[in-house]
Amino acid sequence: MKYLSLRLLAGAAALGLALTGCAGGTPATTAPQQPTQAPETSQPAAEATTLTVFAAASLTKTFTELGQTFEAEHAGVKVSFNFAGSSDLVAQIQQGAPADVFASADEKNMAKATDEQLVAGEPVIFATNVLSIAVPPDNPAKVAGLADLARDDVQLVICAPEVPCGAATVKVAEAAGLTLKPVSEEAKVTDVLAKVESGDADAGLVYATDVAGAEGKVLGIDFPESAGAVNKYPIGALAGSGNADLAAEFVALVTGATGQQVLADAGFGKP
Amino acid sequence: MTRTESTLPRWVFVMAAVGAGFVLLPLAAMTTRVDWLRFGELITSESSVAAFWLSLKTSGASTLACLILGVPMALVLARTRFPGQGVVRALVLLPLVLPPVVGGIALLYTFGRRGLLGATLEVMGLQIAFSTVAVVIAQTFVALPFLVVSLEGSLRTLGQRYEVVAATLGARPTTILGRVTLPLVLPGLLSGTVLSFARSLGEFGATLTFAGSLQGVTRTLPLEIYLQREVDADAAVALSLVLVAIALAVIGLATRRAQVIR
Repeated sequence: MKYLSLRLLAGAAALGLALTGCAGGTPATTAPQQPTQAPETSQPAAEATTLTVFAAASLTKTFTELGQTFEAEHAGVKVSFNFAGSSDLVAQIQQGAPADVFASADEKNMAKATDEQLVAGEPVIFATNVLSIAVPPDNPAKVAGLADLARDDVQLVICAPEVPCGAATVKVAEAAGLTLKPVSEEAKVTDVLAKVESGDADAGLVYATDVAGAEGKVLGIDFPESAGAVNKYPIGALAGSGNADLAAEFVALVTGATGQQVLADAGFGKP
Repeated sequence: MTRTESTLPRWVFVMAAVGAGFVLLPLAAMTTRVDWLRFGELITSESSVAAFWLSLKTSGASTLACLILGVPMALVLARTRFPGQGVVRALVLLPLVLPPVVGGIALLYTFGRRGLLGATLEVMGLQIAFSTVAVVIAQTFVALPFLVVSLEGSLRTLGQRYEVVAATLGARPTTILGRVTLPLVLPGLLSGTVLSFARSLGEFGATLTFAGSLQGVTRTLPLEIYLQREVDADAAVALSLVLVAIALAVIGLATRRAQVIR
């Protein structure tokens, strides 16, 4: 009997495991993170100044590169990033997190910040992102355009309509009058990409930047209908910043020639 | 079984209580976040109900698969000796310690369309990727060791004396297995079955990696919770509570049955 109870206790433990398994789905990007360094405004000029930039997770690669450029151009300035989901970032800013610049992956979350007068001046659209068809490099199903995705012999994987990339997919498909019959609707665009990379899906609808980031592991097929669902990225210096000048300069770097080149290389569209 | 509570030092009780709190507190914390006004509506939505039934069906099927494959495995491991047995046991139990996502990747490279067996299966007109079968395979893969460990332990504790007696009395191997061995390890078999069902129910990582996520086909409760978390945190919490309730019911039921058997 004792032995059995032990087994059942182990059962309870296994359940705990199972449950944490669910919680384990927490995307790293939604974990509230504080920047590693807070801006120190009252520091004497001789010491390092930290510019804190809150940016959408999809900007991690490009903004890290631009941050290094900015540091090279401004001696004694350190750029500290907080990359997370835009809605998490705006919530942190609303709660008074020390940030100088906010770059959002959509206008909706930027509007939450502007509505509370948290942004200095008007936010500027600095990049766009559209959907692209990702296929395995050998394109086994010979997909050439959006219409091919509705074919019965194409194993299509898309984002679930509940998440932003899935909402964009629905919009594009409806505009084109297509009925998509996906074999899987993923919660994350990276899961769509992974299934195309492994060759299990013949095609997936992801963002153009995801195709660029996959570096040859998938082939991207742009389609004209993607213009029907353009995702706009706004950036703005924050009103609460103690480094207003530096913040404005960072925004200028992103919207200027250097920033636009880095973003274009990563697959982002022009504003 | 002769040890009584009084011989235990007091600090053991203190640590045991802390341990119990460690497990129960997060569950209690989750219940405080449940939006009770919308609870009924959230757990009866079309997608929730589809995920609920899919989870029960696939977990039932994978538990059956675990029994069919796991009972012979436990018998061989407990009743025979062969070179390299320790290594075989360790490898068989690997999914127990493997992160489920690793299991999912391994399954993908086996049964996926471009996997080791996937290409052959596709020629035969069978496609496992993105099907409910893929969910059952993923669940069986992670749950099988639970049944094997549980049953093998029971078999070893039981020993072989009754089987030897039955054999000397002329019973054939299959008769001994069905009439002597398995009835005697029934509690162990039952708890192993419950464990593998519970593990299947909670399977997430391997399913997400290997099977995909489509309502009514591959989107089990944990995957539905994962998706809802992106959209409606209240729905995710409500469904989590449903999963806890099912698991508690299964374990409670098994405990009662086990006591009756004993």
